[in-house]
Amino acid sequence: MVAMTKTMLEVKNLRKSYGADLVLHDISVALAEHEVKVLVGASGSGKSTLLRAINLLEGIDDGQVLLDGQDITAVKVNPDEIRSQIGSVFQSFNLFPHLNVLQNITLAPRKVHGVAKEEAEAHAMQMLERFGLADKAKQYPDLLSGGQQQRVAILRAVITKPKVLLLDEVTSALDPILIAEVLALISELKAEGMTMMIATHEMGFAKRVADQVLFLHHGQIVEAGSAKEILENPKTPELQNFLSALREAGRL
Amino acid sequence: MTYQPSPLRLQREAARRRVSRQSTLVALISTIAIASVLVIVVTGAPGFKLVRQSFFSWHYAVSAFPHVLSGLWLNLRVMVIAEIFVLILGLLIALARTSHSPILYPIRLMATIYTDIFRGLPLLLVLFLVGLGVPGLQISWITNSAVVLGTTSLVLTYSAYVAEVIRAGIEAVNPAQRMAGRALGLTQSQTQSYVVLPQALRKVAPPLLNDLVSLQKDSGLISVLGAIDAIRSAGIETAQSFNFTPYVVAGALFVALTIPLTRFTDWLTRKQDRARVQQGQW
Repeated sequence: MVAMTKTMLEVKNLRKSYGADLVLHDISVALAEHEVKVLVGASGSGKSTLLRAINLLEGIDDGQVLLDGQDITAVKVNPDEIRSQIGSVFQSFNLFPHLNVLQNITLAPRKVHGVAKEEAEAHAMQMLERFGLADKAKQYPDLLSGGQQQRVAILRAVITKPKVLLLDEVTSALDPILIAEVLALISELKAEGMTMMIATHEMGFAKRVADQVLFLHHGQIVEAGSAKEILENPKTPELQNFLSALREAGRL
Repeated sequence: MTYQPSPLRLQREAARRRVSRQSTLVALISTIAIASVLVIVVTGAPGFKLVRQSFFSWHYAVSAFPHVLSGLWLNLRVMVIAEIFVLILGLLIALARTSHSPILYPIRLMATIYTDIFRGLPLLLVLFLVGLGVPGLQISWITNSAVVLGTTSLVLTYSAYVAEVIRAGIEAVNPAQRMAGRALGLTQSQTQSYVVLPQALRKVAPPLLNDLVSLQKDSGLISVLGAIDAIRSAGIETAQSFNFTPYVVAGALFVALTIPLTRFTDWLTRKQDRARVQQGQW
């Protein structure tokens, strides 16, 4: 493990509701540089909302989010500039269907970061080659497998070297073989020191990459600890119930 | 070992061929039957001979053809210019109507009123209002050319339709696409132009082309303002001979002019449908 020095992302007392429905109560969590935290919890526990609040796709009611020391939830902040420093990957890939793989990956470098076309493409091709996707560069997303699409989506998010990468259930729409491809890529990113916050149902994967696992229940962090602690020694009845439900579904 | 089609396959293929032969035969018989009925009813009509003389006279068709054709050249220019302006104006109105920026609120409101009015107003009325009303204002720097004012009326009316089609396309793009664009740090307007619009225009290409076909045909209406287009030329010929064949000639030329675009629209629609089926989104 790389020495953890500075705090890259800090969520302080975050609170969010949809009308009368409180989806996040007083969430506080800090992510050191190079650290990987995994959010687990049932659907509707607030994992996705938390990730979307961090990259400012969702307004918050109270609290703060600090990215590399800067309060990004302050009023004066330009959200576009903040989002350009945060990578996001979604469950449904959301590649742009009218652009080929290379164009998908180079859109943000070119339009947001002002990199010249040739340079952006050369860099993108290097990445695609490294991750075994070079032969797909000119293909459109529809012709790729789900695993390939999700890997392209992850490359699209990391090519601009974001300070934090947010992964929201990125394997939930995939079958087991494709899941393995995607998880291998994420493990590689961890080895390179990418700071990540990952919402997932893959407990095995959480075990492999998580420095810390957070269990969310009804919008609250109920338990936090190493993957081993969370999985083998759940303290709260909520986590015990969640784990036994996973076990019954054969997902643990 | 070489592949030997199984008897089962041969049987199945023979059955398919039989069904296909039967379908062709049925289509043929039904076409002949309906055509015969039509021919008998029309040619048997008491006034058939007179109608044939006054609408389908070869002699008048040949003599009117060059005049009508030169009138059609005007329609062609009006169509192309109107189409260009309609697409630009329609796109701008659609963008205004789908924007959420508070600064654009008055423009959004105007765009809404504009589409409401010009979609509801009959084109003929717009032609009269613009073509006769505007020159009536006697503003020296505004033209009173029937062609220019007629084209303007077409643009006013069709922009409203095209704007609504494009707006429907923009709203049909999955919101997750917009979110993905914003998540990459693209601004609202970058997301609109690189992510949303290209997808929206692809989705609505067939209905958009359909509106353009309709615009091409309606370019003939500028003749009511006195512009010498194909229909007006046919009218002049008819006034000399009291034979209506020149109108039929003009009609045939309009159909010939719009057929390429309608065929292209059909082809594009089929292609998109096929792509959707392949992707399992049907």
